[in-house]
Amino acid sequence: MKTSNSYTYFFVTTMAIISALLLSILKVNLQGRQEFNKVLDTRKNVLKTVGVLKPGMSDSEVEELYTSKFTKQAVLGSDGTEREYYIYGLPERPEGYVLPVSGKGVWSTINGFIALEPDRSTIKGISFYDHAETPGLGGEIEKDFFARRFVGKKIFKDGELVSVTIAKSKLQEPSEYAVDGLSGASLTTGAINRFLRDDLTDYLPMLSDGDKKTSWR
Amino acid sequence: MAMKKTFDTFAGPLSRSNPITTQVLGICSALAVTVKMDTALVMSGALIFVLVGSNVIVSALRDLIPSRVRIIVMLTIIATLVIVIDQLLKAYLYDISKQLSIFVGLIITNCIVLGRAEAFALKNSTWESALDGFGNAMGYGLILLLVSAARELFGSGSLLGFQVVPDVLYAENGGWYVNNGLMLLAPGAFIILGLLIWLQRAVNGYTEE
Repeated sequence: MKTSNSYTYFFVTTMAIISALLLSILKVNLQGRQEFNKVLDTRKNVLKTVGVLKPGMSDSEVEELYTSKFTKQAVLGSDGTEREYYIYGLPERPEGYVLPVSGKGVWSTINGFIALEPDRSTIKGISFYDHAETPGLGGEIEKDFFARRFVGKKIFKDGELVSVTIAKSKLQEPSEYAVDGLSGASLTTGAINRFLRDDLTDYLPMLSDGDKKTSWR
Repeated sequence: MAMKKTFDTFAGPLSRSNPITTQVLGICSALAVTVKMDTALVMSGALIFVLVGSNVIVSALRDLIPSRVRIIVMLTIIATLVIVIDQLLKAYLYDISKQLSIFVGLIITNCIVLGRAEAFALKNSTWESALDGFGNAMGYGLILLLVSAARELFGSGSLLGFQVVPDVLYAENGGWYVNNGLMLLAPGAFIILGLLIWLQRAVNGYTEE
């Protein structure tokens, strides 16, 4: 009886329903906590991009620093959609800007932040925090050693947006607008080059304003 | 006699029939998650949960599972357990779950889990299967712990995140010591693992037929 087709169908169906039920219950119960973790992680990365995240900071310290030092702003991007960014420091006297950037990577969407100095051209920091690139190859983009290569680079050349480019390999000659690549990760870094340029172009209304050196005050 | 057999079920996989060093299974994750000890420990914990759980459930259902579809049924059980642990890690150990990335999910394809379900749990009692699962997971965890301790010590100069090599010895602080970067890469894990396998086989006198 146990080897009959109908028994097999019955067993497999029951099994699938029980597993699915269990997992749905679990997911519904954990969703709140998981989303909280995600939001906190995003905030941690905003802090990290401008270099104020210290190791061992507690959740509440991150929360406090984030709410006291960052202001969320929105600007109408050149693609016609509203773009959010963060001002670091007082809105009247910003110490930097943090722009969310994201785009298609090799396996999934890459999300990151790029922080600019008040001149809106010099890179203060960069971080890629949510991605599904191959660990050890494209996954290296999340590492600090890679992020440090961007610090001090510029995205404007003679008043024109050139973005910053990740080279295929080591740079032939030092450049203000390019960084060394990662071996085994040319697809990932190529994707980043593309969406970084696109996203920065979308932010132009807010960036070019800074290029003309019209300061806030 | 019965005690001895029960003990062997648990202790055998720790050394003599260790899933990693003797059977050479589960190598992929053993290389990937052993850069730091904390990730290795969490990964071992996850495997203990999945392996004990799957062995117990498969063994309890062993007279009910239609043998023609047993692999699919076992994989469903394993996959369910893996998703459970993955979701729990995302909720309670978010940072470590980010570092482990896809490797928790890949426990589903870890040969140790399906191998124990097929070779042991389908034929033995629930209690023995639980012990077998626990023993094998501990055997896996033990090797992960040794490899990660060596890699973290030589690669980052720390153990479980605590700095062991004094800061003043480092070259950037005027000393002479430099961390071994090779240990942070997969080849470093291969070398450590190879040495461990050599050591264990030299002690046990085990040879491949």
